[in-house]
Amino acid sequence: MFRKLTTAAAALALMASGALARDLVINFDDLNPGPKAAFEAAIAKFQAENPDINVIANNNDREAHKTAIRNFLTADAPDVTSWYPGNRMAPFVDAGLFMPVDDVWEENGFNEDLAAIKATMSRDGKIWGVPYSYYQWGIYYRKDIFDLLGLEEFATWDDMLAGCAKMKDAGVTPFTIGTKFLWTAAGVFDYINLRTNGYDVHNALTAGEIKYTDPRIVATFENWKQLIDECGFVENHASMSWQDAIAPFANGDAAMYVMGNFSVDGYKNAGLTEDQIDFMPFPTIDPSIPLAEEAPADAFFIPTNAKNPEDAKKWLAFVARPDVQTEWNATIGQLPINSKAEVSDNKFIQEGFALLNSATGLAQFYDRDAPAAMAKAGMEGFQKFMLDTSTMQEVLQRLDEVQAEVY
Amino acid sequence: MAHATLPDTDLPTEASWLSRNKLAIAPWFFLAPALVFFAIYVVGPIFESLYLSLFEWNGLYDAQGNSTATYIGFENYVKLWDDPNFWTSLVNNVLWLVLFMLAVPLGLMIALFLNQDVPGMRLYKSLFFFPFVISQVVVGLIFGWFYNPDFGVVGQVYKALYCEETINIVGNVTFKCAGSPPDILSSPEFATYGIIAAGLWPQIAYCMILYLTGLNNVASDQIEAGRLDGAKGWKMLWYVVWPQLRPATFIAVVVTVIGALRSFDMIAIMTQGGPFGSTNVLSHYMYETAISEYGERYGYGSAIAVVLFAIMLVFISYFLWRMYQDEKGGR
Repeated sequence: MFRKLTTAAAALALMASGALARDLVINFDDLNPGPKAAFEAAIAKFQAENPDINVIANNNDREAHKTAIRNFLTADAPDVTSWYPGNRMAPFVDAGLFMPVDDVWEENGFNEDLAAIKATMSRDGKIWGVPYSYYQWGIYYRKDIFDLLGLEEFATWDDMLAGCAKMKDAGVTPFTIGTKFLWTAAGVFDYINLRTNGYDVHNALTAGEIKYTDPRIVATFENWKQLIDECGFVENHASMSWQDAIAPFANGDAAMYVMGNFSVDGYKNAGLTEDQIDFMPFPTIDPSIPLAEEAPADAFFIPTNAKNPEDAKKWLAFVARPDVQTEWNATIGQLPINSKAEVSDNKFIQEGFALLNSATGLAQFYDRDAPAAMAKAGMEGFQKFMLDTSTMQEVLQRLDEVQAEVY
Repeated sequence: MAHATLPDTDLPTEASWLSRNKLAIAPWFFLAPALVFFAIYVVGPIFESLYLSLFEWNGLYDAQGNSTATYIGFENYVKLWDDPNFWTSLVNNVLWLVLFMLAVPLGLMIALFLNQDVPGMRLYKSLFFFPFVISQVVVGLIFGWFYNPDFGVVGQVYKALYCEETINIVGNVTFKCAGSPPDILSSPEFATYGIIAAGLWPQIAYCMILYLTGLNNVASDQIEAGRLDGAKGWKMLWYVVWPQLRPATFIAVVVTVIGALRSFDMIAIMTQGGPFGSTNVLSHYMYETAISEYGERYGYGSAIAVVLFAIMLVFISYFLWRMYQDEKGGR
């Protein structure tokens, strides 16, 4: 499974410094061409700056990494591993498998430069990792269809409902989605909840502090019901993956898609040009609620059992540097988190950067903020509700039961 | 040469314990590798599951390598009792067991049909056997596409009957339908039946091949004797052929029960237990709660495994008892 890719730079460094070189083992989790290239470029740069460190990089498939990390943190810990913040890091933090890195943040001024993400990287009053990238969520829409129907980007919920009516008259399904793997439905739920109740309620809900039958969450579901009734999603969404759901979008049968920025590649591969697609933030529902956005981040962590924590901290400081984040994210088409970094001139990246910089809070995503068992039950409930909105009470009550068990 | 003949006479007295008992030891010697692996990979995990089902554990060890599990007694089983997903899975398991049994008579039917002398019969037989050769994963994929309401056969037929082709707003071809096309794998009512139907396809082929070999061994003199006495059709089948197929039927039932209980791969490929858990069976639900991305509840997953094991134990005991009876009868 593991692919050892000791880079050419690593070999060079080893020759140059001989036996003095200290090994730094980094486990990474993305074999896709873009992320892999960005990771390797960063290692080469790090290696050039630190010739006395011999970087050994293990790059693994993302799903395999999720399984492997549970073993290697105890059995054969690397010095640095990639992982996700929010609740995804909680089991490892609670089991004492990650090392707090408050000092790295302190020494490098990350408390200011990475301020937006600090809350997400923290648990029990300590900071546990350093993020290198994130991306925005929102509504991707068919610009050409909007132009044909004389529609503008929706600023408010009512605008959107009115726009949907126009689309339906023209025979266009407003939203596409594929809920076969469940998580896409959580994106829609998160946004309606963030716009109905705000960031604090999102956090309180995923932390198990408020119930699903709470009137505020019921209000979220009522809004969702309205979206389903008056806008509507493509039929058969339960049998489609998020990639399958691009097909009606590309064919012009559906006009909008609540998604993350990684989906842009998918639209282009389906034959859409950049002029045909555009991005808008999810419209406001209650104007008094400050706007918070979904922005899942990827980060690096140091296992407690790391053999070389000193150099691991150097790597963490390195990956959050503005110049490194600029290059890394330009390669993978995502957003740098360091506020001093620059973004590429891609229009989705530009819009996303502006959106996330003005956000008052950054949610990770329902399935990263809520514990695994809760997330699974929650997303199944969302899917059930989307297929039949009359099951709302039943779904919410079931989620309350699961919540009582999980937390 | 003289050297070779000499020891013969001394052998009985000098024989070691090993050679004296070699008849008793030899079977154990040959069984040993299998027994060792069976103990490590089958018997051990059974007891480990029993033990783990009494704990709440997310599968992690701390930095020193100590387990983070906490003992909670029978609480996992109490939770199972109140878990609607568990009951859905259990009901689906029963559905699988009952409907999968259709493979036995259907396999017999095809075997009887194919058991004739026609030129090229071997080709037809192998074509019927073909689905069993394909991996379950592939069968699941094929049926998943077959049921797909957009591009699958089901969807295409529906479109041809109830939809008209129109041009949408951006000028692409699309379909306007009277109602929504049947989406078997996303409907909580029908999805399980859809998967069972997919599972039956290779299982029928398997039962068919068992019966075909069984039919080869049917004594032709008895058939002829039956003919002389005027038996034909159903009577011939029921009174003469069927009794001779009993061993084949027994094996067919055994493999079908086992097949129904390990229906994991079809479900994992076709629906992942969805929509919202309505096609789960115990084995897949166990995987989901313990090992999958949203699981990490090893204690709870072990409790499900124990329940599944208890169900299997009923069948296993029955089969073992039957085989034991047959052995006794055979001696």
